[in-house]
Amino acid sequence: MSKYSTSMYSRRSFLQVTGAAAVAVSFGGRVSAASDQLNVYNWDTYIGNTTLDTFTEKTGVKVQYDLYANLEEMFAKFQAGNPGYDVIFPSDYMIETMIAADMLEELDRSLLPNFKHIDANFLDPAFDPGCKYNIPYFWGSCGIGYRKSKVGKVDSWKVLLESEEFAGRMALLADQRFVMGVALLYLGYSANTTNPDEINAARDLLIKAKKNLKGFVPDSGQDMLISGDIDVVMEWNGDVLKVMEEDDDLTYVIPKEGTVIWVDGVCIPKGGPNIENAYKFLNHLHEPQVNAEVANTVHYATSNKSAHEFVSKDDLNNPAIYAPDDVVARSQALSDVGDALPLYDAAWTAIQAA
Amino acid sequence: MDSWRRNKLAFAILALPPTAWLVIFFTVPLAIMWVYSFAERGPQGQIHLAVSFANYVRAVEWIHLGIIWKSIWIAAVTTLITFVVGFPLAMGIAFAPQRWKNPLLLLVILPFWTNLLIRTYAWIAVLRTRGFLNFGLEWVHEKTSALLALIGLPSVMGQFQPLELLYNQKAVVIGLVYVYLPFLVLPIYTTLEKLDKSYLEASLDLGAGQWRTLRSITMPLAMTGVISGCMLCFILSMGTFLTPELLGGTDSEMIGNLIARQFTSSRDRPFGSALSFLLLYTTFLILWVRASLAGRKGGPI
Repeated sequence: MSKYSTSMYSRRSFLQVTGAAAVAVSFGGRVSAASDQLNVYNWDTYIGNTTLDTFTEKTGVKVQYDLYANLEEMFAKFQAGNPGYDVIFPSDYMIETMIAADMLEELDRSLLPNFKHIDANFLDPAFDPGCKYNIPYFWGSCGIGYRKSKVGKVDSWKVLLESEEFAGRMALLADQRFVMGVALLYLGYSANTTNPDEINAARDLLIKAKKNLKGFVPDSGQDMLISGDIDVVMEWNGDVLKVMEEDDDLTYVIPKEGTVIWVDGVCIPKGGPNIENAYKFLNHLHEPQVNAEVANTVHYATSNKSAHEFVSKDDLNNPAIYAPDDVVARSQALSDVGDALPLYDAAWTAIQAA
Repeated sequence: MDSWRRNKLAFAILALPPTAWLVIFFTVPLAIMWVYSFAERGPQGQIHLAVSFANYVRAVEWIHLGIIWKSIWIAAVTTLITFVVGFPLAMGIAFAPQRWKNPLLLLVILPFWTNLLIRTYAWIAVLRTRGFLNFGLEWVHEKTSALLALIGLPSVMGQFQPLELLYNQKAVVIGLVYVYLPFLVLPIYTTLEKLDKSYLEASLDLGAGQWRTLRSITMPLAMTGVISGCMLCFILSMGTFLTPELLGGTDSEMIGNLIARQFTSSRDRPFGSALSFLLLYTTFLILWVRASLAGRKGGPI
């Protein structure tokens, strides 16, 4: 389930999200300001099993922990003013949006000694040049999950975008920015283009590809893959990894053209009641051992280089989690396209209606 | 009957909570949406209040009208099928022996006890290529082939090909019929239940057959229920977004999905509001056409 999804679900699976929404509702309105309090607003299943306890042990600060199901829901809450949160976990393009909307504190590096552990590759993202407003957390990719015995070997987006070989046994995500981003990359453009001609070229490519697809799936691609309904699907690495554990015949690849990756940052929203504690928490998240414990729980790739020492070797050696550097170099994170977003919306509508 | 007229205070007190509810949770949000529909979208999806008709101009582009038309069509087919299934069901319950009525009604309402999302996911498990329905069909196919072989007939059945039941508009219609059946059955049941059964007895006594009685007596008398049930089913189906999102294929986007997208990833609430009002006006138009048709014939509205 995509965090960026057009649908109301998140990258993490739907039942977790419904649970999360229920928890978020039941905990709503308990955020508070006190010197020993911290109000964290995060994705579901996006933290270690002991992260919060070790933080409270170390600092004496109690954590009020709320969950959101998707970024737009979180953003909508902040549009009406900070509802009382000290720490949030937005992704790439949303970080840019929130900076533009003046919702994020500029981070004071002197209060974040653990910033030194961050992998240099993540220190200057397009969505927040110089990482002034976020400390990178985890990242992942959107690639192709497929069934080896039926498909052979896949190494290009061509199989999904320009081939009839597996017609009717393929699906794309129901996510306009990611699908359009991949089509744009495949055509050699930027995944964040604002040029109408390039957006329309991607639209036309996808309209042609559509007849070979079974559907645009709101992150149920991994379930369709394991049930045998389809053999090739565009999906998040984390989701495909889960079904790969159950079925050896499934695998995941980031195609040679590169892909759209997501990078989440930890940010301090403006107007939070306990900014001092927020800094302590950000720093705590990037203690190498603490960070590795999170990584070993969520199985996403951490941006904390020093934590690698403590991250499980299986994960580190898994190219589906830690993609090779050259693949990452060809990939892009989404940024906020601002006034061009309606162009993407119009293109997506045309694809759906065609 | 008109005792409340004599006690205006009691009436006002009783009417206050529902009125307040309607105003706060229906009229006010609708008014906000209406104001938004003339606003402009900021680069980050902010709402800049303005008096602009650009959203409406965009909303009536052919592509969006096409999606509305598709939604109307899907809703119409859904309503027709739901009626064909639902009317006999409502009659069955209404004319069932008294002690059976409540358990049968309970069975109609029972699905509401489970979340719609879960029920829709259950349809995926039933309809998909390797779902329960195809497993069932495959079993029947196998047994039939085995039987044919047993009695020495040549196998004419061939290899079993699973049916493609999911991720297309048929699946959407199946899902919608399932979801909105109770909304159609309950109003019809209510009118049939209140219907004076002596009319039916008179019709049968005077020589009309069962079919004639159904057509000339039951149906016209139940018309108010039939119409409100069908309207409910039609309007709800037209605005749906969950069912096409989960069961639909590559061409199943309905107006509800388009609107939902404006409020999420496209972050264009002014345009989403304009689309919502377009849907609202379309619904009113359909209701008005129906009402004026009924008015001309002098039938019940």
